[in-house]
Amino acid sequence: MKRIVVFGATSAMAQQCCRLWAVRGGALYLVARDPDRLSVISQDLRVRGARMVVSEVLDLTMLDRHASVFHNATGALGGIDIVFIAHGSLPDQAACEHSVERTLAAIQTNGISAISLLTLAGDYLEQQGFGTIAVISSVAGDRGRASNYVYGSSKALVTAFSEGLRQRLFRSHVAVVTIKPGFVDTPMTAQFNKGLLWAKPEAVAIKIVRAIDARKGVVYVPAFWRLIMAVIRLIPQALFRRLKL
Amino acid sequence: MIAGSKAVLAGWGGYPRQFAQTITPLSPSGCLASLRSDLPLIARGMGRSYGDSALAGHVVLTHALDHFIAFDPSTGVLTAEAGVLLRDVIRLTLQQGWFLPVSPGTSFVSLGGAIASDVHGKNHHTAGCFSQHVISLTILLGSGEQVTASPTELPELFYATCGGMGLTGIILSATIQLAAVRSVVMHQQTLRCSSLEAVCQAFSEHSQSPYSVAWIDCLAIGLRMGRSVLILGRHAQQGGLGITLKHPMSVPAFSPDWLLGRPVMRVFNSIYYAKAMLRRETVVGLVPYFYPLDALGHWNRLYGKNGFLQYQCVVPEVDGLRHLRELLRRITQTGLGSFLAVLKKLGPANQNFLSFPMEGYTLALDFKKSDDSIALIRALDGYVSEIGGRVYLTKDAVMHEASFKTMYPRWQEFESVRVRYNAVGRFSSMQSRRLGLA
Repeated sequence: MKRIVVFGATSAMAQQCCRLWAVRGGALYLVARDPDRLSVISQDLRVRGARMVVSEVLDLTMLDRHASVFHNATGALGGIDIVFIAHGSLPDQAACEHSVERTLAAIQTNGISAISLLTLAGDYLEQQGFGTIAVISSVAGDRGRASNYVYGSSKALVTAFSEGLRQRLFRSHVAVVTIKPGFVDTPMTAQFNKGLLWAKPEAVAIKIVRAIDARKGVVYVPAFWRLIMAVIRLIPQALFRRLKL
Repeated sequence: MIAGSKAVLAGWGGYPRQFAQTITPLSPSGCLASLRSDLPLIARGMGRSYGDSALAGHVVLTHALDHFIAFDPSTGVLTAEAGVLLRDVIRLTLQQGWFLPVSPGTSFVSLGGAIASDVHGKNHHTAGCFSQHVISLTILLGSGEQVTASPTELPELFYATCGGMGLTGIILSATIQLAAVRSVVMHQQTLRCSSLEAVCQAFSEHSQSPYSVAWIDCLAIGLRMGRSVLILGRHAQQGGLGITLKHPMSVPAFSPDWLLGRPVMRVFNSIYYAKAMLRRETVVGLVPYFYPLDALGHWNRLYGKNGFLQYQCVVPEVDGLRHLRELLRRITQTGLGSFLAVLKKLGPANQNFLSFPMEGYTLALDFKKSDDSIALIRALDGYVSEIGGRVYLTKDAVMHEASFKTMYPRWQEFESVRVRYNAVGRFSSMQSRRLGLA
């Protein structure tokens, strides 16, 4: 059964993916910030059938602690098959616009910390010669939009970085899966009014786990976002800059 | 941690609607934080109660409290957070030989909601209500204190919370005793009953059957009035324990008026009735047996944008036949009635202050929402309260305070428990205010 390290394990999407892995009897090493929620989630996954659940409390913006997680997880699980990077938070775009500090903090959380983990995971699995790295990017990274460009550019960093890493690791038999969710109805997006384009984290998780099984490259979840973003990417700058998106 | 939002909410019937400030706690401590504002609030699980019992200006959504805490496959004792769905319980436990001891008509109900409504099912006459299988529960009180209640520990709080429509606090988790089953197959027997009298008699004759429910044709009049199909069920001993719970097909949009109109339904009912003759003994899967409507997501949209009212009452067993006949007469007379009603003979009442079931016959049907149907329902409420019957609060959206207080004479005891446990002024819904609860 698979041994999986999950960063941002309390996020709605990560939790739902973990439930699917738990039902399969997977062994999970969960990393997140909130100790109370981490222990509730760990117990839930044990009841659902996980062979083993170990957790580590860590604020992932503390980059110097990242390397130790791989060491600890290897000790607990006896090896790593899948690294799943799912942490993040939606910054207040309006507040970021006039604050360098807030903007860089948001990029640190959503971009830089993922880059740190991707680098470490890439080295680890490359040496091992097998495994899968999956990272949650976003459709927001496909184009910078006025309403959400701080988050979007962090995710663009993740998308491009993981694409390069995928090429680099291809010959080492390590897959890198870049997951681009569209609108997902999670606590992170609670303040938005939900329309037809919104998906439930349960449904999104099924697609994510399937993409990881299949070692896909880039996957949009739900799939129709590939089409939407393809169209949005085609809009020329002259027009795009006039739009309110 | 809390996430907040604003939304227009409605119950499953789509009427009434209410603008609400919602919060989605991610943990029990998030629930506690939601109490910090002094405004009264109500917990809401899946929003499957039909009327306004989970509507208020401030609503705590419990769907993120959806973690299992413990399950022992050797005893069938399960502990889970209140936002876990009955569907998820089944998914986890059925393959290990354990099933819900009491199933409401849908599996898309939260554990907390099932307790707060004290739901019942087709086996009420043999198994009682859901709460009778609750070993204990934890609840967040208005004081911010988190306590455990059970039939032996804080029993009054327990009996007020079970069936208490969320008015005693926020249910955080519960431990329940599941029922052992050997198979995911049900043996189903259908019996055609040509009149109301015949179906009531058939219920008595088959009181040993673990599950029983009847469909009544409400469009039949005269001699055929009350013609029914009685459906009996029992768990099979063989057939394996593997199931797949499919994602439902959804009704995509609100339907046109004619779909549930009389001509279409008259035909449907006749076919339904005739079919019962052809297949008396059948084998049915457990999921379609207990949750036939779960296969159709958003079936409430079939009633159109204005929504519908579901009416469920119980009449005492003594003179029950006469009372049922009178109810059906009033319904068919107005021509508003739903085409199909569900009839069931209930077992004895339990100890909870506000639980609905009592010994007698319960009738459930739908009405398209209109001024006329509301007037009819209020008239039926009056009749039911006069004869010592009750209306199910989980389905109610329009009852007057006076009817409620006659039907539920223990409301004052309920209120005194709420006073003692700091619920007054902290937990209230549109329904509780309408019914004159503090």
